[in-house]
Amino acid sequence: MTKVTLTVNGRAMSGECDDRTLLVHFIREKLGLTGTHVGCDTTQCGACVVHLDGRSVKSCSILAVQAAGSTVTTIEGIAGQGELHPVQAAFNTHHGLQCGFCTPGMVMTAVDMIARHGGDLDEHTVRHELDGNICRCTGYHNIVKAVLAANEEMQGAARQAAE
Amino acid sequence: MYATSYHRASSVDEAVNLRSSHDEGRYLSGGMTLIATMKQRLAAPSDLIDLRHIAALKGITVDGHTVRIGGATPHADVASSAAVRAVCPAICELAAMIGDPHVRHMGTIGGSIANNDPAADYPAAMLALAATIITDRREIPAEEFFTGLFETALEEGELVTAVSFEAPEKAGYAKFRNPASRYAITGVFVAKAAGGVRVAVTGAGSNGVFRAETIEAALAADWSPESPKAASIDPADLMSDMHASAEYRANLVRVMAKRAVIAAG
Ligand SMILES: Cc1cc2nc3c(=O)[nH]c(=O)nc-3n(C[C@H](O)[C@H](O)[C@H](O)COP(=O)(O)OP(=O)(O)OC[C@H]3O[C@@H](n4cnc5c(N)ncnc54)[C@H](O)[C@@H]3O)c2cc1C
Ligand code: FES
Ligand code: FES
Repeated sequence: MTKVTLTVNGRAMSGECDDRTLLVHFIREKLGLTGTHVGCDTTQCGACVVHLDGRSVKSCSILAVQAAGSTVTTIEGIAGQGELHPVQAAFNTHHGLQCGFCTPGMVMTAVDMIARHGGDLDEHTVRHELDGNICRCTGYHNIVKAVLAANEEMQGAARQAAE
Repeated sequence: MYATSYHRASSVDEAVNLRSSHDEGRYLSGGMTLIATMKQRLAAPSDLIDLRHIAALKGITVDGHTVRIGGATPHADVASSAAVRAVCPAICELAAMIGDPHVRHMGTIGGSIANNDPAADYPAAMLALAATIITDRREIPAEEFFTGLFETALEEGELVTAVSFEAPEKAGYAKFRNPASRYAITGVFVAKAAGGVRVAVTGAGSNGVFRAETIEAALAADWSPESPKAASIDPADLMSDMHASAEYRANLVRVMAKRAVIAAG
């Protein structure tokens, strides 16, 4: 057993695990944060996406020991005090989910995508950037709408803050 | 996944030493191939030597037209490098087409070429750019590096520290992707440099990445998107699988070459 310490959603957390333990299992089972899902065993579905040192990654394909000492953000860590993150709010408003299984990964992917493109997002780019996330329910249409709406909202807020 | 022991190396020497003291060990870079394979129980290394924390293996330098990319540099960093884009945008475009954003954040150029998947993208670029693969012990021309399906010239425990190449006058990459896996069903990288035209094909060859000499000759005579059309590509040397027959791939090689020339501008 190895002791793994990392910063999760702003708090230092640690747990014991085997070297072969996947980060997603560590997060779910050792840290009790079950918002991050496992939807496949082929590294393709993206239900497990979290941010590792600020970049979106598939936590099902990283060992917990690889992430030791790093900063991890999960779906539990993005909302403000009692207020949804703008991406979460947009998924709600635009019905960007049905069963919700893929949603944590979709939301974490969208947050990363919006941050990287700095507001320069169009439908084509959003669809390309969703390559690593599979949804069985929605047909993606409303997910794309939600990401674009959240992007607008976040750019508007950034512009206001700058003025 | 079978049990394994994890080691985090902080220098190339430490990594190579760790690797040499564990016969059944493997280097671990982005893990986008290795961890995925271990999850399927198709690989069972006794020890993993993590390269991601070795500063000397990371980063990109562009000096005039010479580009050097560290072995543990993730695909996303190549895709977004303004310095590389200024001299060889084709390799940025190629990196941006690998897998998906999450795979690009972890997966590295060293892991990709060491793995030499017959449908991987980077091997085509390395071969067409006449790149040099730099290891902990020597420099290997791309021509000699890729030796077959998942086979390379790397010796037991040899570590890819970087790749380097001279940016050509023009280069372009076009890929016909498998919509499920994102890998290339056929991908063609074309490069036009002072030394001539080089065209490398991935995803199609039954022995892995290869140079398409007929297309090279056609483009050397006339650098135009229409030139590859008449070049003969023998399906006997190509893969056939559930996604595409060898004959279909032979046609794709010509079509992707055409698109790559258009992309090169
Ligand atoms: C969903 C998905 C889609 C993908 N799509 C594509 C695609 O479209 N195109 C494409 O080209 N690839 C694709 N890949 C593969 C991806 O690019 C991998 O990142 C890459 O093939 C391996 O790089 P890595 O850094 O992850 O290596 P790892 O998985 O860590 O290692 C792979 C192998 O290389 C060895 N190795 C690693 N680094 C070194 C080194 N520096 N020196 C010597 N040996 C080393 C390891 O021991 C191991 O045997 C995809 C992967 C996934 C999961
Ligand atoms: S659970 Fe990670 S990609 Fe499917
Ligand atoms: S909402 Fe059901 S899988 Fe996406």
